[in-house]
Amino acid sequence: MPTNTEHQQTQPVIEFQDVEKRYGNKTVLNDLSFKIERGERVTLIGPSGSGKTTVLRLVMTLEELTGGYVFIDGKPLAYEQRGGKRLPVSKRDQKQLRTRIGMVFQHFNLFPNMTVIENMIEAPVHVLGKSKAEATARAHELLAQVGLPDKADAHPSSLSGGQQQRVAIARALAMDPEILLLDEVTSALDPEVVGDVLQILRDVAATTNVTMLIVTHEMSFARDVSHRVMMLDGGKIIESDDPETIFTKPNNERTQQFLSAVLGND
Amino acid sequence: MNTLAMLTSTVAGTVDVPDIDDTTSYWRWDFAWEVLPEMLRSFFQVTLLVTVVGTLIAVVLGLALAILIRVLPRPLAWIITWIANFIRMTPIVVQLLVLFYGFVWMEPMTIALLVYGIHYSTYMSEVYRAGIDSVPTGQWEATTALSMPATRVWSRVIIPQALRSTVPSLGNYAISMFKDTPFLIAISVMEMVTTALEIGGFTYRYIETITIAGLIFLVASYLTAVLVNRLEKRLAYQH
Ligand SMILES: Nc1ncnc2c1ncn2[C@@H]1O[C@H](COP(=O)(O)OP(=O)(O)OP(=O)(O)O)[C@@H](O)[C@H]1O
Ligand SMILES: [Mg+2]
Repeated sequence: MPTNTEHQQTQPVIEFQDVEKRYGNKTVLNDLSFKIERGERVTLIGPSGSGKTTVLRLVMTLEELTGGYVFIDGKPLAYEQRGGKRLPVSKRDQKQLRTRIGMVFQHFNLFPNMTVIENMIEAPVHVLGKSKAEATARAHELLAQVGLPDKADAHPSSLSGGQQQRVAIARALAMDPEILLLDEVTSALDPEVVGDVLQILRDVAATTNVTMLIVTHEMSFARDVSHRVMMLDGGKIIESDDPETIFTKPNNERTQQFLSAVLGND
Repeated sequence: MNTLAMLTSTVAGTVDVPDIDDTTSYWRWDFAWEVLPEMLRSFFQVTLLVTVVGTLIAVVLGLALAILIRVLPRPLAWIITWIANFIRMTPIVVQLLVLFYGFVWMEPMTIALLVYGIHYSTYMSEVYRAGIDSVPTGQWEATTALSMPATRVWSRVIIPQALRSTVPSLGNYAISMFKDTPFLIAISVMEMVTTALEIGGFTYRYIETITIAGLIFLVASYLTAVLVNRLEKRLAYQH
């Protein structure tokens, strides 16, 4: 199990402050506060519908933040307090912050009308302003890293699910994100390729210091790769601890029940 | 039919009419050959021109409308939607006549190009809208996750994927624009069918000219369909 002590003094890279998320009049997250330090890898666990995906989507600004504040590197991401009022952050500031965040989706979401390499250089060139040559070189490097060195000119449709997800991981990494959000990235895959994709993520964890916020049902992966595991239930974090503690002697009864159900089914 | 022909012949009277006085034979090849160049001339100079330029305007303006309705703030988007609905729900002949009598200084041909282009743009914007709606949300979310600027999102992700499903319908509207061109009679623009009636007005022979007009429409529509099909294949990507 990895340890991470040097991050303690620095500013949290992600901070949720009294976050509330409602869909209509249904409250999904309530008074949710937590901090994630630079380089930390945190896994969110919890029953279906507990709001794990919602947390990630709020960080990626894919959902409207209905209450509270989210900070990235100390800067407000969606709303800020100005003159005693809660006001939306300017679109420009939000975009600026968002380029530091990458996300890999359950269903890959590659652009089907572009080749693999086009998928990977689009944002580095047009968002980060890299030269095409530089972006292409980096993309080839990453493709090799995810084990697909010869698929640069392939179309996503000609790739298997596992290969598409590896491209999606490479595409997110091509933006050199500070934060990588992973939402059940293996649950749409055939069981026999899940291991390959998780291995790539283990390598990323081992070789970079990108902050990761992970939602997964792969508990052994969560245990190996995370510095911390947070148990979400009823829109709140009911337990947050190192994976060793959470998986072997959780304090909260709900966590115990949840884990015995999940691990029992495996 | 006859009154219509009389009407048109008084309007334009520029047609080169063959001197054949035969009201008994059903079909005369020599007459057909003689009127063919005149029919083709009006086809290329009016019918085809209006359709091609009208389609170009409609294709571009329709896309602009669809995107504007999607990106503008609510009240503005509603205003544009209602104007587009109004144009789509009123007959093209009425629109031709309103401009023809309301803006007398405008060339009839300019009115024709504007009316056909704008009228059909409102249909095409609906097609584009459906195409845009058919792009999965995951694609939008991926563009957000990559922080892509709006111009790249539209030009590289949304429009290319939306077009896939729209090309056949856009082609159908181009063909239906072809078939709407005879309405140009209302503003005295001599398109092909008007020309056919005009010739009939002088010679009392309609069957050859009307048949030729029908055949030219058929060939033109068929060629358009082939073209659209080619375009569709070129725009397609493996899925
Ligand atoms: N767009 C939406 N509109 C309304 N309700 C929503 C929407 N998205 C999510 N929800 C609700 O919010 C709650 C939390 O959803 P979320 O997807 O975050 O859960 P989750 O923990 O990721 O669950 P799972 O393990 O099944 O993926 C659920 O009750 C869900 O029904
Ligand atoms: Mg989820």
